[in-house]
Amino acid sequence: MSGDPDPKAIIASRAARELRPGEIVNLGIGIPNLIPGFLGSATEVFLHTENGLLGVGPRPSEEELDPDLIDAAKRPITALPGASYFDSASSFAMIRGGHVDVAVLGALQVSETGDIANWAIPGKDVLGVGGAMDLVVGAKRVIVTMTSTTPSGDAKVVRGCSFPLTARGVVDVVVTERAVFRVRSGALVLTELLDGASVDDVVSVTEAAFTVELEE
Amino acid sequence: MTAAGLTSPEEAVRHVKSGDTVMVGGFGLVGAPLTLIDALADLSDATDLTVVSNNIGEPGRGLGKLLRQGRIRRGISSFFTSNPEAVAAANAGELEATLLPQGTFAEAIRAGGAGIAGFYTPVGAGTLLAEGKEERIIGGVPHVLEEPIRADVALVYAARADSLGNLWYRHTARNFNPLMATAATITIAEAGEIVAVGEIEPESIATPHLYVDHLVARA
Repeated sequence: MSGDPDPKAIIASRAARELRPGEIVNLGIGIPNLIPGFLGSATEVFLHTENGLLGVGPRPSEEELDPDLIDAAKRPITALPGASYFDSASSFAMIRGGHVDVAVLGALQVSETGDIANWAIPGKDVLGVGGAMDLVVGAKRVIVTMTSTTPSGDAKVVRGCSFPLTARGVVDVVVTERAVFRVRSGALVLTELLDGASVDDVVSVTEAAFTVELEE
Repeated sequence: MTAAGLTSPEEAVRHVKSGDTVMVGGFGLVGAPLTLIDALADLSDATDLTVVSNNIGEPGRGLGKLLRQGRIRRGISSFFTSNPEAVAAANAGELEATLLPQGTFAEAIRAGGAGIAGFYTPVGAGTLLAEGKEERIIGGVPHVLEEPIRADVALVYAARADSLGNLWYRHTARNFNPLMATAATITIAEAGEIVAVGEIEPESIATPHLYVDHLVARA
C-alpha cells in the first residue's frame, strides 16, 4: 500500500465511479458528501436530499446563502435549474417506492450477507435514526463507503453485525480504502483492490468470509 | 375551516393545553414556527406536553427552550440527537423518547391527517425500532405495522399565507409543515408574510385553507 493518500478521498473517488449518468442519488453524511468532487462532467447525476429537494447543487457562496435551503445534514446548499421541492412524506415515498436509484452512506458495520448497522452503538444513545432505515430499504442500490477498520483497529466488514441493525441484506457494494466488495446472492465477493492493497491486506482487516473474483 | 382568523402569537398558543399533543414543523430550525414556539415557551404555561417534531430543537433554541423548561413529557421524533440536551433528558428519565424512522414518522402524520388507521412498511422490520409492533410478511418481505399520529394542536410555518389561510412554502422549509397542518384538531400557521386572497397562484398553494384555523404573522 502506498499509505499516503487520504483514505476518505480514495473511498469517495472510487465510489463516484459506481454512479451512472442520469441516476437519482442520495448521499449520506461524511464520506458520501465528498463524492460530487470526484464526479466527472460526463457523470451528471441528480442529487436527492430527504428533507425535500431533488436537484441539489454545489455549496453556496456567501452571497448565495439562503436560510431556507439546507441538506439533510443541515448544511447550506444551492438548487440547480430543474430542481423541485416536496414535503417529507413525498420525499420518503420516493425513497421507499424505489424511485431513488442509489443511496450512498457510511456504516459502522456491514455483514457478509449485506446487513448494515449504521445508526446506533450499543450502550450509547439510540435516539437518532433519521432517514437511514428508509434509504437502505428503499433505494434500488445501496453503496456503503467506510474505512475498513475503526480507529482502534476493529474490522467493520464482519461476519454478523453486533451493533443494532439498520436493515438486513440490503447492501449491494462496500467501498473501503483497500477494497471493493459486492454482495452477490447473499454472499460477499471481493472484486477490486485499491491503492496497491493485496488480498492478504484485505483479509487482515476483514472479519467477514468472502470469495475473490477480481475484475479489471 | 372557512377562513383562518388572524391572531397574536399569545392568543394563538392559548389553544395549547397542559397534557396536549403538539405537532411542530421544521427540519431542525429550518421551517420551524419560531415565533409560535417562543410564544409557547414565554407566554403559555401549558405543560406535560407530547411533542411531535422531527427534532427537539437545538440547545435553548426552538423546542430546546421548552425542553429546558421541563414542559415536554414525551417526544416523538426521528432524530433527538441534534439536541444533546434532549438526549440527556431522555437518559435521565425526564423525557420519554419515541424514535421512528423519518419516513415512517412523516407517513404516520400523513396517515393521521388522511383518515388512514395505519400502514405496513418494510422500513425498520427486524430492528430495535420494530420491537412491540406487529410484523407481517407481505409479498415475501417482512413489514411493520405503524399507527397514525394525530395531535391536538399543530404549529406550522409557511413563508407566505393569504388571509384565508392558504399556505405557500419556500424551498426546504416545507418539510413536515404541510403534513402536520392536516393532522391536528387545531392548526395554527405562522407566516413570513400575509397577502391578500388571490395573490398566491392557486396551483402553488400546498396547504389549502380548510386545514388552517388560526394565522399568526412571524415576529
